[in-house]
Amino acid sequence: MRKVAVAGVGLVKVSEHWGKPIGALFADAALQAVKDAGTDDVDGLYVSNMSGALMQEQLNMGALMADAIAKQGLHAVRAEAGSASGGVAFHEAVKAVASGYSDCVLVAGVEKMSDVLPEVVTKSLVMEEEQEYSAYTGVTKAGLSAMLHRLYLDLYAEPSEVGMMAVQSHENAVGCRHAQYPFRMSIERAMDSPMEADPIHMMECAGIGDGAAAIVLVPADTEGVEVAATTVATDYCSLPMREDPLTLGAVKTAAEKAYKMAAVKPGDVDLVEVQDDFTINGVLSLESLGLVERGRAAKLVAGGGAARDGELPTNTFGGLKARGNPLGATGVYQVAEVALQLRGAAGDHQVEDAKVGLAQNMGGLGSTCAVTILRRLGR
Amino acid sequence: MSVPRYWREEVPRYRLLGKECTGCGAKFFPARPVCTKCGSTEFKDHKLAETGEVVTWTVIRNPPPGFEKYKPYVVALIELEDGMRLLSQVVDVDPEEVQKGMRVEAVFRRVKEDGKAGIIQYGYKFRPVVE
Repeated sequence: MRKVAVAGVGLVKVSEHWGKPIGALFADAALQAVKDAGTDDVDGLYVSNMSGALMQEQLNMGALMADAIAKQGLHAVRAEAGSASGGVAFHEAVKAVASGYSDCVLVAGVEKMSDVLPEVVTKSLVMEEEQEYSAYTGVTKAGLSAMLHRLYLDLYAEPSEVGMMAVQSHENAVGCRHAQYPFRMSIERAMDSPMEADPIHMMECAGIGDGAAAIVLVPADTEGVEVAATTVATDYCSLPMREDPLTLGAVKTAAEKAYKMAAVKPGDVDLVEVQDDFTINGVLSLESLGLVERGRAAKLVAGGGAARDGELPTNTFGGLKARGNPLGATGVYQVAEVALQLRGAAGDHQVEDAKVGLAQNMGGLGSTCAVTILRRLGR
Repeated sequence: MSVPRYWREEVPRYRLLGKECTGCGAKFFPARPVCTKCGSTEFKDHKLAETGEVVTWTVIRNPPPGFEKYKPYVVALIELEDGMRLLSQVVDVDPEEVQKGMRVEAVFRRVKEDGKAGIIQYGYKFRPVVE
């Protein structure tokens, strides 16, 4: 297997792009990434999209997106793994280059959520869960996380300590050009907001937005940013089957495989992008990734440890909460942001001397998890 | 909700009927094609207990389409007396009064309707046991 490198990235501001069809949104990110990579020799396209079948009534998204960037004839496929679609598409794209089947692959996520009403977004999120016995109860994605949130509060933390995950993500997003909400939010604002699914407040949930992010992958050279590891793992799709609900099994398995593949220890990770679609998901992810001891992540975040100059810089451009969470595109945003950090191209968001970065993208309540570790080569 | 899907879920859902692996005795609800403990594909019916207690819960404030008229409603992870766990709404209770360890029992209830002409869907919900 060949080593693979990130040659280019493209990021569209997460926003409400009312005037743009999904193909045009995709093209904005894809063309930026191709320009950034300095090559137009793309011979494979992996599109990640979660809810186009519901929100745009659009299938066959691979061909549609290849067509949008005038690459008729291109090998193109769409990957869907719920909210983990981006991380899974990235994983498949890396394998295409590593195997030698492709020499230059574009992986791009796109999601257009502003075409539908908020209750349709709620429906699309719970479509990630098992339908016949989980979704049938009327539970929402927020509701499932809320049940874990309550268990966590019983054992380990105060509500405001978990809530600080959202506050820190907003702090990290200030000045970020591709972030949906690049402004500060106080802990009082989060804790005084209405309940979405008790004990999760509305301001502890990622919002609704349109976005697209793209990455160009090529065989690795001696410089640049290499893909040190990419893994995907799964877990029970229904919460009642899990013996220890506070361990996200897919996250743990994917992370352990990734550390082994990259030959790094959790302590070597200089920055991390985690799935904070709800504050508790970010907290539990840090723990299941093995980066923070069980029961300690909310306290670490509340103590400033997740700031860019903290002991574990987390969600350095705002994470899902503040950069935004355009579902199928989110995992690609995360990896692109880690690549910018390792290139030293993160501007005001730069984590000093970052060499190793990790991105964790989760679908459903941790039923799928993709973990990517990038490493800076040379220098 | 399609008719075949509703029909195939009717018996397990109406009667709280799960499966027991004939290879190792592990119990499952709902039915699974392969035993997670021993890999067997042979099962017999297992009737679930109808009482249990709340392990953790939430209150749904912004429901998916079809559940609007019930909001706010409680959804809980419940551990039954036979050790089985399932997700269910908890009804006939003020959401503020739900507690960890609260004793609950299964009841047969309307879940939602597919518009004015579609299937009226039923199933289990749980309510507090009145001691």
